[in-house]
Amino acid sequence: MTKATLPVKPETLERLSPGPASAFGLAWDYSPAPEAVDHVRIKPRYELFIGGQFVAPQSGRYFETINPATEDVLSEVAEGDDADVDRAVREARKAYEKIWRKVTPSERAKYIFRIARLIQEKSRALAVVETMNGGKPIKESRDIDVPLAAAHFFYYAGWADKLEYAFPNRNVASLGVAGQIIPWNFPLLMAAWKIAPALACGNTVVLKPAETTPLTSLMLAEIIQEAELPPGVVNIVPGGPATGMALVNHPDVNKIAFTGSTEVGKKIRASAGSKKLTLELGGKAPNIVFEDAPIDQAVEGIVNGIYFNQGHVCCAGSRLFVQESILEPVVRKLRERIGTLRLGDPLDKNTDIGAINSRAQLDKITEMVASGSEEGAAIFQSSCSLPDKGFWFRPTFFTGVAQSNRIAQEEIFGPVLSVLTFRTPEEAIERANNTPFGLSAGVWTEKGSRILKVASKLRAGVVWANTYNKFDPSSPFGGYKESGFGREGGLHGLRAYLELT
Amino acid sequence: MSRLNVRKTYKLYINGEFPRTESGRFYPVRAVKGDEVLANACRGSRKDVRNAIAAARKAFPVWSGKTAYNRGQILYRIAEVCESRKSELEGELRSLGARKSVAREEVEQTIDRWVYYAGWCDKYPQVFGSVNPVAGPYYNFTVPEPTGVVGTIAPELPSLLGLVSRIAPSLVGGNTVVAITSEAAPLAAITLGEILATSDVPPGVINLISGFKKELVPWLTSHMDVNAIDLTGVAEADVEKMKILATGNMKRIVRFDAEKVSWNDTRLAQSPYAIYDFLEMKTVWHPMGM
Repeated sequence: MTKATLPVKPETLERLSPGPASAFGLAWDYSPAPEAVDHVRIKPRYELFIGGQFVAPQSGRYFETINPATEDVLSEVAEGDDADVDRAVREARKAYEKIWRKVTPSERAKYIFRIARLIQEKSRALAVVETMNGGKPIKESRDIDVPLAAAHFFYYAGWADKLEYAFPNRNVASLGVAGQIIPWNFPLLMAAWKIAPALACGNTVVLKPAETTPLTSLMLAEIIQEAELPPGVVNIVPGGPATGMALVNHPDVNKIAFTGSTEVGKKIRASAGSKKLTLELGGKAPNIVFEDAPIDQAVEGIVNGIYFNQGHVCCAGSRLFVQESILEPVVRKLRERIGTLRLGDPLDKNTDIGAINSRAQLDKITEMVASGSEEGAAIFQSSCSLPDKGFWFRPTFFTGVAQSNRIAQEEIFGPVLSVLTFRTPEEAIERANNTPFGLSAGVWTEKGSRILKVASKLRAGVVWANTYNKFDPSSPFGGYKESGFGREGGLHGLRAYLELT
Repeated sequence: MSRLNVRKTYKLYINGEFPRTESGRFYPVRAVKGDEVLANACRGSRKDVRNAIAAARKAFPVWSGKTAYNRGQILYRIAEVCESRKSELEGELRSLGARKSVAREEVEQTIDRWVYYAGWCDKYPQVFGSVNPVAGPYYNFTVPEPTGVVGTIAPELPSLLGLVSRIAPSLVGGNTVVAITSEAAPLAAITLGEILATSDVPPGVINLISGFKKELVPWLTSHMDVNAIDLTGVAEADVEKMKILATGNMKRIVRFDAEKVSWNDTRLAQSPYAIYDFLEMKTVWHPMGM
């Protein structure tokens, strides 16, 4: 499964980034350090997980799921159609009425704790499969996705028997069956974000993983079986958009939680009827660097903000606002830094930039980048070489970007940064807020009072000050404006799965 | 010879002023019993709605930028001025058919509702905010912020208590409001505009438009510069249509279901959770270090 790491060629590095960084790059290179995969068994075929069993789809259809870094087929996965979704919802309803709502909250908690523990026990296997199926670097799936997924179950497990403390002067009641649709950028983590609070609040679940990344959700199904969660409490039905819409349209679903694009979010909202709804949608986050910021730290934050997970991050800091006086050093350091990012085999522990999740996404990124050049922005790309097979995109940034350019307005969802400038804090805030999105934002400055003021003026649900892309189960996450509504994480995340009376 | 009454012209309340509708149209407001025309109310237009939204947007940084203490004082001032114009409000409700005791109770509850919400201004952030124990060297907190411009469709009845019960929680949270008043019974709501104008409420923070709901509600619901829409005054059968109109810019949709909860219910018809419905939670991270 592993491929040889493709090091940055010294001559391209030299050309890209003259200076101290290249001296380091020339002096050493890394040997390949692939994560072992021999302990991981991916089944040749996965069925739907309904009513506690893996069952063949009534649709009779299976789709291949691949490794985007190699284009090798990893497995074939059952595709749920309307009838399969209906079956899953019926099982979830039955489990809700007959079992789950009668389970005492403290016992409910113990089931969820079990899931958290099993994820920890199987964390390395989950990380490897996450990387193979999604293309993300192993160091990210190993150190971020999987530990955070376990942490989410652990956090919400503890809430199950403490809900009455969360909402003063209200009685809390579960909603019933929750339909949950998750994206491909953090497959297991998004499953955890959705399932953990739903179960803690006493709901049962039908989850549809993303079409390109179903495998860790199905491994989670195995974990749920192993945890002896009552049959039907969690059901997992892989498939594409039609499967998701079957869930959204199903009359016996009480709640829809969706994470994905704003475009699809709007369709879902228009179809969801009276179901309770939470949407976590797209973003075009501003990352604002003031002239007094510690520049080297800020550059690390910029890189983490946009190149983390190949930029497949709804809260990615994709619009960099640099105060004019420090534009030159920031851009220079950014050029140097992206020259040292190692793109290649996602299973290699030294890899910074993995594979683009799918060909469709690669096409979209390519098209958006072409529009950036056409609209007159100047492009800078790492000149690292790309593997022959798989889907790849070099770390890229644009300078001279105008506010109206598509690359400054539309979500690219790839490793592409737009660099803009500003003179005054007021201008930075005005321009930062000037998109329909409002998911997240970053601010870099040594001045405490400025952090607090700017943070309060940014119309975004999460503001990272002197850091970026940090997540925690106790920390609420979610958008303003067209980035959706409702929060996931923390006490606030409970509200999405409860009725208050 | 008895003195001839001076009648009041009932107008719109937009940006702190009392314009007639730009459309020049009117509609007769009639007593419930009999055919007596009580007033010629403005039949507001799409353009009036847009002007009101523009005023509300302009007022948003002003209102949300005030200290919580100051917002609380202004809301309390509204209660004071309502109290001093109690008999006028009661008279308007009675002229539309309410019995004396019912009209009195509605006005008193309206005043008390302002007082209730005035007191929440500097408290709800402590109830709904949090400091989050993240697993790392970061200080992480969540604070509520206003959603922005809120469109409110007041219920037909109770025309005053219903309107105030819905706009007050939006205002507490720092939002600005464009409200469409009760269509059949707009008089007390329009008088409320006069009360607001003399209660230190900055221009544009609350805007009141009378007219035909069927005509106005879709414009307010679909407008791209409105952040949340309160569909309390929209019939359940029409909610789905409005939801689709509201989706263009992902408006938050809120609806108080008066079929299920009485307007007199001091636990459910007024509560901090009604404030929460018009808030966005913002989470801020900062590293901790020496």
